[in-house]
Order: sequence, then structure tokens, then C-alpha cells
Amino acid sequence: MKFVDEFRNNEYSRKLVEKLNNISKEKINIMEVCGTHTMSIFRYGIRDVLPPNVNLISGPGCPICVTPQSYIDTTLTLSDKEDVIIATFGDMMKVPGKKSSLSKKKSEGADIRIVYSPMDCLEMAVQNPSKKVILLSVGFETTAPMTAVTAMEAKKRNITNLFFFTAHKIVPPVMKALVKDKDLKIDGFLLPGHVSAIIGTKPFEFLSKDYNISGVVTGFEPLDILQGLITLVSLISKKDYKIENEYKRIVKADGNSKAEIYLNKAFNIVDSSWRGIGRIHKSGLEFNNEYEDFDALKHFKINYEEYDGSPGCKCGEILKGKIKPTDCKLFKKLCTPENPVGSCMVSSEGTCAAYYRYYKDIT
Amino acid sequence: MCLAVPGKVLSLDGDKGIVEIGNIKREVFMHLISDVSVNEYVLVHAGCAIEKVDEEEAKITMDIFKELIENEVC
Repeated sequence: MKFVDEFRNNEYSRKLVEKLNNISKEKINIMEVCGTHTMSIFRYGIRDVLPPNVNLISGPGCPICVTPQSYIDTTLTLSDKEDVIIATFGDMMKVPGKKSSLSKKKSEGADIRIVYSPMDCLEMAVQNPSKKVILLSVGFETTAPMTAVTAMEAKKRNITNLFFFTAHKIVPPVMKALVKDKDLKIDGFLLPGHVSAIIGTKPFEFLSKDYNISGVVTGFEPLDILQGLITLVSLISKKDYKIENEYKRIVKADGNSKAEIYLNKAFNIVDSSWRGIGRIHKSGLEFNNEYEDFDALKHFKINYEEYDGSPGCKCGEILKGKIKPTDCKLFKKLCTPENPVGSCMVSSEGTCAAYYRYYKDIT
Repeated sequence: MCLAVPGKVLSLDGDKGIVEIGNIKREVFMHLISDVSVNEYVLVHAGCAIEKVDEEEAKITMDIFKELIENEVC
């Protein structure tokens, strides 16, 4: 078993689709929180085979998309500093700032390098002792433990030319903000599988206990998603409010305790701003006192003030699931993956990028 | 960005290991998992193993799908 192809079986998929279409006729709104789910759902054509009463809403689970405009502009300021190397995940390159983007800065000569892993920055710092390496650390609970491990390794190896501009966010608080929003009516959530691998299923239990909303943790292969939808639609139709884990080959109820230890050692939980959604209580991570020497903002004495927005861009409403990309006047006209206006069109798992690539007029 | 893929552990050396993902072999950091052995599968995200893949649980899930086909109702 290689844990990939088995979960893409056509015959099983067809049966699951059939089953999904025979559970309930009532109108059901389901949000898939995670951007990787959004992409998988489009890639495997799952939207095309859903029963007409099931409406899938894409949520705010794309870290690049929810990073506010002020963060992007500050990365551009940092890239202008002397003797600096900016290390970043590739998705960040094209996100437009007010005046430029990292991609444009690189073409103008700034030293900006794409990394696959935060840990790549350790060797980069060692091999460039006369430079200061700044990692743009974005990501949810899945990615944040790696930033913590990298900072701890840097401390252990006494690497003093590595810094982090962090914008790590945690997912359950933004979900709470969404379910409290009276304009949104979400009946159930497909819960983010790889965030759950770290934090477990317990942090989502407030959904069923306090809000009568069910949630199912699923994987990212087509059979995982279809089985997750079957369970979720069944729970909703029976008004059986609970959090189920259908990704047990990866996710444990208590999550990954080792990753939690790393997170707790390096970070404090702080309030954080989400693009288009606003400031959410205790929804972000910031280095604690022990690791503040690694904080790029403190090292470069940057007075960071948060602000948001590109004129006309509806990213915020899209991230909240209130409108679809096709409802935005800029979509496919002024805003394309080549010339994005908002971050949701840039990231490969942004909702607008997914719609741009896969959406057909489904009536 | 939460994309993660399963891969087979080919060798281990302290906090690092070589993992085969599809046809690619690459170095992966193992800080976040405990008691991993060669030939086991791990889930890799951004160069780090974030969890072991539980083969028994995967088999149980596959059995549920098989049962669905065998007990065809339509």
C-alpha cells in the first residue's frame, strides 16, 4: 500500500458518489476550510457530481490568501535592505503589494530565493555569513512547528544571521468568527486534515457543542473527500451534531504531541489580522521572549502597522465564503493568475485561482 | 500550503531521513515524529515528516470501501 493510488479508485468513487446522492434532499451548506481541499475538490471534479442540494463553500484556509496587505508591503521593505536574502515559499512571489511584488523586486536585483522547507534556511545562513537571511514564515498549524524547529536548530548551532518575519495563524478561531457571522449559514465543515494532524480533533469540538454544527476531518484524495461528505451530509440530515475523524491513518484525536511541544516552546498565541476578515482574538503565533532575537521586525526595528486591501478586490468576502469568485467584477478580467489583484488569485490553493483554473459554468 | 504527501522511509540518521515520495528520494527532517523505522511511511510537509501513516487504519478505511461495493444496493 502506498497510501495514494488506493484512495483514487474509480469504481469506489462511483459508488460513493451514488451513495452521496441518496442521503438527503434538504439544502445543505458545507464549507471546506482548507485550500488544499478546495484544489482537490476541483481537480477530481467532485463539484460536478455533487447532489444539487449540497452547496460547497470555499473557506479561509489558504495562508498566503489571508495574510494582510501590510505584511506583503513589509516584505518588500525588507527586500530593499542591504545584504539581505529573503527566503520564501514560491506562492508569495506574485502577491501584489501597494507598489511592487517580490517577483518584481527579484527581477530588479533583490536577493530573493524560493525555499521548499524552512529548514533550507539553516544552510543558506551558514553559507552566506556576510548576509542576513530572512524567512517569510507564513502558514497554519501544519507549517508553524517547522518554523519553531528551524529557530531552535539555529539557536543550538549558534546561527546568528537567520531571522523570521512571522505571520503564522491558527485555524479554529477563524472558524469561530465565521460561525458567529449571521450572514453566513454553514451547516457543516470539512475540517482541514493536515492542520488536524498537528492539533487533533478536540479544538473543533466547540462547533458541535456550542453551535450545533458538525464537522468531519478528511484526507485529500477523492475517496477521502467523498466519504467525508457522505458522513457529513448524513450527520447534518439526522441533526446529529458531532466531530468525526475519517482520516485516521494520519490524524489522532490528540494530534501530534511533539509538534505541540515545539509550538509551545517557541511561540506565544496572539491576536492576528486576517485579510478581509479583520483582527481575530488569539488566532496568530509570535515568537516568545526566548526566541525574539530571531524576529526580523525587532532586529530591523520596523514599526509594523497592519492594514488591508486592494481597491475593488473581494478577497475578504470570498475568504469568508459570502460570495464566489465569479461574483467579483475583477475575476478573469482585471484579475488573473498572471496579473493578480488579490492574494486569492495568486496562491495555487487560493479560491480564485482554483475557480480560474477549473470552473466551468455549472448550472 | 498544507499540502503533504506520504513517502516511504529508506534510511534514518539522527533527526534526518531519506524518504521516497513517488519516484523521488529526498532528505526529510524527522523532529516532529517519534519511533519511526525504515520501511514505514510518513506524511511529508515542507521537508518535515509531520506524522506517521498508520497502515492498519488505512486498511480499515479501504475495507469500508470494499464493503460498500460488495453490498451493492442500487
